[in-house]
Amino acid sequence: MAILSKDEAQTILTKVLSYSKADECEITLTGTTGGNIRTARNMVSTSGAIDNVELEVESRFGKRSGRATCNEFDDATLRRCVQRAEEIARLAPESPEYMPLLGPQQYVSSNAYAPSTAGITPDYRAEQAGASIRLCDEKKLSSAAFLEDTTSFVAKRNSKGLEAYQQATNLAFSVTVRTPDAKGSGYAVADFTDRSKFDAGRMTQTAATKAAGSLGAKAIEPGKYTVILEPAASVELLGNMMESFDARSADEGRSFLSKKGGGNRKGEKLFDPRVTIYSDPTHAEVPSLAFADDGRPRRKTTWVEKGVVKNMFSSRFWAQKSGSADIPEPGGFIMEGGTQSLQDMIKSTQRGILVTRLWYIRAVDPQTLLYTGLTRDGTFFIENGKIKHPIKNFRFNESPIIMLNNIEALGRPERLEGSLVPPMKIRDFTFTSLSDAV
Amino acid sequence: MKRRNFVGLTGLATGALFLPNFPGFGGNLVDPARLLEPVMDATVNKRLADAALNAAKSAGASYADVRIGRYLNQSIFTREKQVQNIASGESYGAGVRVLANGTWGFAATNSVTEAGLAKAAQLAVQIAKANAKVQKDPVKLAPQKGYGEVSWKTPIQQNAFEVPIAQKVDLLLAANAKALENGANFVNSRLFQINEQKYFASTDGSYIDQDVHRIWPTFGVTAIDRASGKFRTREALSAPMGLGYEYLMPKAADKIAGPAGTGLIGYKNSYDILEDAALAARQAKEKLTAKSVTPGKYDLVLDPNHLGLTIHESIGHATELDRVLGYEANYAGTSFATLDWKAKKQPYGSKMVNVVADKVQPGSLGAVGYDDEGVKTKRWDIIKDGMLVDYQKTRDQAAIVGQQESDGCSYAQSWQDVQFQRMANVSLLPGKQKMSVDDMIKNVDKGIYIAGRGSFSIDQQRYNFQFGGTTFHAIEKGKITGMIEDVAYQANTQEFWNSCAAICDESDYRLFGSFFDGKGQPSQVSAVSHGSSTTRFNGVNVINTARKVG
Repeated sequence: MAILSKDEAQTILTKVLSYSKADECEITLTGTTGGNIRTARNMVSTSGAIDNVELEVESRFGKRSGRATCNEFDDATLRRCVQRAEEIARLAPESPEYMPLLGPQQYVSSNAYAPSTAGITPDYRAEQAGASIRLCDEKKLSSAAFLEDTTSFVAKRNSKGLEAYQQATNLAFSVTVRTPDAKGSGYAVADFTDRSKFDAGRMTQTAATKAAGSLGAKAIEPGKYTVILEPAASVELLGNMMESFDARSADEGRSFLSKKGGGNRKGEKLFDPRVTIYSDPTHAEVPSLAFADDGRPRRKTTWVEKGVVKNMFSSRFWAQKSGSADIPEPGGFIMEGGTQSLQDMIKSTQRGILVTRLWYIRAVDPQTLLYTGLTRDGTFFIENGKIKHPIKNFRFNESPIIMLNNIEALGRPERLEGSLVPPMKIRDFTFTSLSDAV
Repeated sequence: MKRRNFVGLTGLATGALFLPNFPGFGGNLVDPARLLEPVMDATVNKRLADAALNAAKSAGASYADVRIGRYLNQSIFTREKQVQNIASGESYGAGVRVLANGTWGFAATNSVTEAGLAKAAQLAVQIAKANAKVQKDPVKLAPQKGYGEVSWKTPIQQNAFEVPIAQKVDLLLAANAKALENGANFVNSRLFQINEQKYFASTDGSYIDQDVHRIWPTFGVTAIDRASGKFRTREALSAPMGLGYEYLMPKAADKIAGPAGTGLIGYKNSYDILEDAALAARQAKEKLTAKSVTPGKYDLVLDPNHLGLTIHESIGHATELDRVLGYEANYAGTSFATLDWKAKKQPYGSKMVNVVADKVQPGSLGAVGYDDEGVKTKRWDIIKDGMLVDYQKTRDQAAIVGQQESDGCSYAQSWQDVQFQRMANVSLLPGKQKMSVDDMIKNVDKGIYIAGRGSFSIDQQRYNFQFGGTTFHAIEKGKITGMIEDVAYQANTQEFWNSCAAICDESDYRLFGSFFDGKGQPSQVSAVSHGSSTTRFNGVNVINTARKVG
């Protein structure tokens, strides 16, 4: 019963709401079904299936709030769950940041669901894993991969008349291919709403080519280099930066978006004019949920336009207190790019480094958003428009703020982790030491 | 929940993209009183477990185990003078793992009835048989005797779930008040508590009932200089522990004075959150004006509350056999410490480096009586006199390295996740000669004393790392001369451990650890401790992490 239709979900929600004795009550019903398969050393190591529906009740008495959840749906359990939320609410301290529940909302129509993905079977997963393994067996390479698909829905209803429902599907696949002597390694990763765009064999081929091509890596001196970051290399750094677009942290003086002397830097030009980042739940390539956890509508929102900070997200409480825009956190982000392919970008590079993936990224200084981490699974030296040879991995210490001021070129965006990210050519990217890791 | 979200909850890393409003950390949200209700009954569990094991055997399994688990957790989040969230979670269900046609299969269910478990067992066998078609080498399990009906419980003095929430909230708010009184602009404090009630049974004839407790109080204090726009944070110097609420009842005997001139205090088996919050606020303010480090080579003196994570990353993960063999290649990575590397007999560290793995140390996060595949836990050597002597293994790995027994390293984060090899406690043994931290520092000419958790990053084969901390004090000519900032050290694992020059004695030994250590796909968390005494490393490369932006 994991995936309920809108009518089925709202029938349950209406019934549960009728049990409420609280001043305000909001019910959220979520369901997930799907599975995964994991391989290593060209064999299946583990696989599993998920199938769960969960109901959450939030009850409020005045400024006191309590939440309870259950995953069984007989009347007695549902009633008990409502009672439990009410008991927890009565015992809770009053929240100084209380905001009344939202009333009816208008949501944009976002199609984040593909029947093809919802129909994935264990056989399909085994076939895709098998295709990836066979390719590596034939080439005498060793692969480790992970395929995970989920079909989910979220439905909400509250005592103020809010109603929401949406379904979503996702398939994510990543594969690391290594040479038998463990001296070469390559990687490919992608995620999809619709499985018909996915081909494990093709992605494994990309990783295999990188693995074979990274044999015989030479060490070059750490320092500042022009880099071409593939989307898998930059998505986490950009995601971390977007996470810092929180108005409250900025206003409180503990964010890179805080202004000296107080306030925030909305309206300031902080990046190269080619940088435009927005979110859009209706985007055809990266559709996401049209509403946030608290029921606020997600609409197309521009965070950075031509290098200027345009918006920050905020809790409802902080938006009201500070008078800032009431914008919920997005479901993903879209960074605009150009039309160049990765090959075009390499061709136009005199001297630089192609980075497949960055790994173990950790914050070093929240003030400057300085992060450290390492290159991994395919790092290549570019000279006169061509990949010259593989190089040993580097540790970097760099801030996405600095990166986005040092742009040389942006390529065609690709989907990763529910966001759209272009390959980026960046000058003066800081590598601080060499690593022997392959 | 994915590790990213777990880590985000702790405020220690920035991995959580658009974290939703403070969820609990798994399971159904329940009334806190529910966490004290007995649900697990060994007699009933044995009957249920037998139903699963019999169904698995009838379906063709050559081996089966079942874990019936009730996983309880509670988290409390506060900031300044207010409570942000209190969540109590309960998750109850069972996972069945089988070997059929030489291949693993796993299925889980929240229908904890004889029929529900039998169905899960049959599904697990069906999955194993399907996967066997692409299996090349059949799984070989190390022999394991059945223990019959046995039980184990974390030796706690006070169950944290029995302490009224109001009392726990009051303590966190009192810590916040101490920080604010001492000049903090912001303070976030958090208390995480876990109780795993788990019943394991296998076709080897074990029926194991366990009750495992863990606790982690922590906070972050922020000081801001509005005029310059600068802000600095000082994290708590608590440790996540395998203890009950007694950890939050400070005892003088558990306090160890830090180096003269730092004001720091080391905490053993109890933690004084009020004292640490007050000091944290003063230090956060001091950090705003502390001198920026001059990059170069320094002798590092590392407090156990910092060194624990260095051990975790550079020895703990590097000696996990699944990583060594390539099972984690697509995610966490592999290891430089391969079987070939070990055979070459190169020194992992200097002769004074002795590292043990263990699953039995009282107070530690990893301590259990039996692991999640029914192996009695033990302590064993990993590095002896600087040389790598062994790895961390599960039952299906022992044969691969020609050994006869598992080390008891199997763990699953809940009943619905399959168990796999997870890190034991991995600890550096104290120095044999009497030495206090002040004795150690008086011999350091140019050094840095580092305490607390900071940024930890290491490559996928555990060679190159860069670690930060929460407090940094300059050491000049044998004396602490004040706080410094913008410090991170970069090193290679072998060079670093071979530069180990002195280790304080047992009186300085303390546990530190990781409450939410992530590994696997889908990612699972586990909790693990690392013990050490303050340790000196010579000539380590220190970089300055300050940058200028916009």
